[in-house]
Amino acid sequence: MAKIVVDPITRIEGHLRIQAEVEGGRITDAWSSSTMFRGIEKILKGRDPRDAWYFTQRFCGVCTTVHSIASIRAVENALNIRIPLNAELIRNLIIGIQVVQDHVIHFYHLHALDWVDVVSALKADPAKTAALAASLSDWPLNSPTYFKGIQEKLKAFVAKGRLGPFANAYWGHPAYKLPPEANLMATAHYLEALDWQREVIKIHAILGSKNPHPQTFLVGGMAIPIDPNSQNALNADKIAEIGELLKRAKTFVEKVYIPDLLAVASFYKEWAGIGAGVGNYLSCGEYPLDNSGKAEKLWFPAGIILNRDLSKVYPIDQKKITESVAHSWYEGSDAGVHPYDGQTEPKYTGPKPPYDMIDTTGKYSWVKSPRYDGTSMETGPLATILVAYASGHAGAKGAVDMVLKKLGVGPEALFSTLGRTAARGIETLLVAQELSKWLDMLVANVKGGDLAVHNGEKWDPATWPREAAGFGWHNAPRGALSHWIRIKDQKIENYQAVVPSTWNASPRDGKGQRGPYEAALVGTPMADPSKPLEILRTIHSFDPCLACAVHVVDAGGGEMVQVKVV
Amino acid sequence: MGHTDKGDGTDSVERHLDLPRIFAERGISRRDFMKFCTAMSAVLALPVTLVPKIAAALEADGRPSIIWLEFQSCTGDTEALLRAANPTVGEIVLDVLSVDYSETIMAAAGHQAEEARMKTLKEQKGKYIAVVEGAIPVKDGGIYCCIAGKSALDIARDVCGNALATITVGTCASYGGIPAAAPNPTGAVGVKEAVPGATVINLPGCPVNTDNLVATVVHFLTFGKLPAVDGKGRPLFAYGKRIHDNCERRPHFDAGQYVEAWGSEAHRSGHCLYKMGCKGPETFHNCPIQRYNEKTNWPVGSGHGCAGCSEPQFWDTMTPFYKRLPNVPGFGVETTADKIGTGLAVATAAAFAAHGVVSAFRRKDEPEREKEE
Repeated sequence: MAKIVVDPITRIEGHLRIQAEVEGGRITDAWSSSTMFRGIEKILKGRDPRDAWYFTQRFCGVCTTVHSIASIRAVENALNIRIPLNAELIRNLIIGIQVVQDHVIHFYHLHALDWVDVVSALKADPAKTAALAASLSDWPLNSPTYFKGIQEKLKAFVAKGRLGPFANAYWGHPAYKLPPEANLMATAHYLEALDWQREVIKIHAILGSKNPHPQTFLVGGMAIPIDPNSQNALNADKIAEIGELLKRAKTFVEKVYIPDLLAVASFYKEWAGIGAGVGNYLSCGEYPLDNSGKAEKLWFPAGIILNRDLSKVYPIDQKKITESVAHSWYEGSDAGVHPYDGQTEPKYTGPKPPYDMIDTTGKYSWVKSPRYDGTSMETGPLATILVAYASGHAGAKGAVDMVLKKLGVGPEALFSTLGRTAARGIETLLVAQELSKWLDMLVANVKGGDLAVHNGEKWDPATWPREAAGFGWHNAPRGALSHWIRIKDQKIENYQAVVPSTWNASPRDGKGQRGPYEAALVGTPMADPSKPLEILRTIHSFDPCLACAVHVVDAGGGEMVQVKVV
Repeated sequence: MGHTDKGDGTDSVERHLDLPRIFAERGISRRDFMKFCTAMSAVLALPVTLVPKIAAALEADGRPSIIWLEFQSCTGDTEALLRAANPTVGEIVLDVLSVDYSETIMAAAGHQAEEARMKTLKEQKGKYIAVVEGAIPVKDGGIYCCIAGKSALDIARDVCGNALATITVGTCASYGGIPAAAPNPTGAVGVKEAVPGATVINLPGCPVNTDNLVATVVHFLTFGKLPAVDGKGRPLFAYGKRIHDNCERRPHFDAGQYVEAWGSEAHRSGHCLYKMGCKGPETFHNCPIQRYNEKTNWPVGSGHGCAGCSEPQFWDTMTPFYKRLPNVPGFGVETTADKIGTGLAVATAAAFAAHGVVSAFRRKDEPEREKEE
């Protein structure tokens, strides 16, 4: 048996370490550790709840909108604020383009190098590459000359001998299966996607000043004013620009990302039987279609799937969420308690740096172990799409069936590393196709004379009750996110976040149940334990975001004054 | 990409970079190259006559090795780099710099990633540039941020201590940033405080404006030294003026036209956001000129006030964000617009008489740590 450590896991957000045991060419057990802690929730105590979104946004600069959205929703929920329809639709546009851009970056820049051997692309025949590309899509950049140009650039770069971020990687590893032509095509698209993402995310700058970290969110609405007759507001000009960028986003997803995803997946079908993980899925639903705040008005439905059984979707009962710190570096309960009764203090028991191994029989991560009804849950695009599919969402059903048919596999293939990666593409496709409808709804509403972007009735803290509490859900690119706030005397009394990567990256709980990363790694084949390519494939399929995942749940103590379900 | 490294060190010695040739290979014309040089001289606030000098520097110099470290970060500054346009991130990574270590983008992981960093540390000792993103927690022996079993503090001492220079990207690496906000649970500090012996230039902002990062590197390549900085270690070309003084809404401030409610007519008409908590009058940064995402926009341009993110401790000194700045000389709700405008003009003149880096609005109880450049 070989014990291996992969630290740092690169091409993710944040600091993640995997320790694993390998026997007979397969992983027999695995432990997921986060090695960075900031304590932002502790920092939030005593501050103005209207500032919380700005602080929590800095949980993460990759999923740069998600904690702002969950935060303002939590405060609005606590204070019973209904936001104007325009603000809801602007939020949908911001959330949607974040999902599309983030997922494409993940596929090409964080995940692709697990499947694509860039060096092999040097051997490709550009004419055959163009023929392959043309057989998949009518994307205009697919001539032999174009691919020859890309290949020559690569050759020139390699000839310089300093490979920068491509140095010391796993090129030539036996687990790479793509023919040289597919490798060249994917490498060309790696570069195109870099340019594309920079363009389409300008929607955030138009609506919210900049990306990363757009600065436009407000408790009660949005800070971008709407006025067709002003140059300092969202006007016809800017709406037209957003419309063009949305078109560009959709075209790339339809003509490049999805065809690439299907082409790459068709060479790696054995990964439809690897990396299943815990088999329970949590999605909190997203994209309000009006400003009623009602769960049934969400475009993607919320729900839970247990034991890979797609015949039933259970509603979420937030009271069943607990967090255990049995293996996390905090004081507190091994059994797991509801977030509101959580513990606060860091309690590091790991080795003093520098160290080689972390003893995983005790506490071994800064991530806690959230559980639903005592079980490990996976969240993320696979959960989102499975819940939508099983709930009969027409778009999800069509897209899932299309992908399964093109790959020639059944729905059981979804419960895997490959399924997770495919589901991310499906979510991207559905959102990219839907985004322009929300822009149309916004235009129609403005046309009707509604220019409101903010509900200011409760802007002044003097109008607030002495105590209030609430929470906000947001189905982020990486899955179900919830923020929980308690307000007292106009200040934050307690603030907590239960984050997608906390669910997924969690260590074992008090009962010894593995978290989703850990469970998904068990059984993974390893061609060469010193080159952990296969570990990267499965871990990257979750799109880890560790800065998000680590947080303190504060012990504010006592019961919630009121809890409302969004 | 194959194992083409000759391993005999010749590669690192002969690291000549023929930028025009490489740009040509990537379909970038001489004209575009000169445009890039001109754009850089604009960011750096240099006279146009220096454009040929920038071009010459870029043509003559090799690609500097970069080790990009992430500590207590949110990766927002790496994301900002992905939005770079002049040059694009593809050009930066392939042509302009040799990004030898960056956890977010590099293909290698685990010990292969560590090896890549060690190689640069050894072969380029004293010649590479360290870029740091995120704060360094120094409390409790550095346990709050470890990579490959080493503490962030040890890695920073090693990498920044042996670098030609360290550029901190974002407010966290510069001054501790959000992890250092009260009560600073992990003892987070910026690089200069963690590694006092290192040569550090600070590029605060949340996130860093990539144009300023590229300009700092280009300045270095052009002049062979780092740009002049203010008392907070920030280059004057990017942080030498207050946001308020370059703000497109300044005329509304001077005219006494303020937004008092979100979505109001004044808000829709682009009036001054001072009363909504804008921190522009106390913040030094080139946001109004340089903007973000290829000059698409910046906070005030989209209707939200400045949060003061390029200032040390802004998390504590600029919050609550929606509360207007206190104790502005000659300013009060009862003051007429004319008086406000005059007061500001006088204050500004005084500030710039003191070489422009001392905020006239700083509260009296705060120490004035700035010194003249």
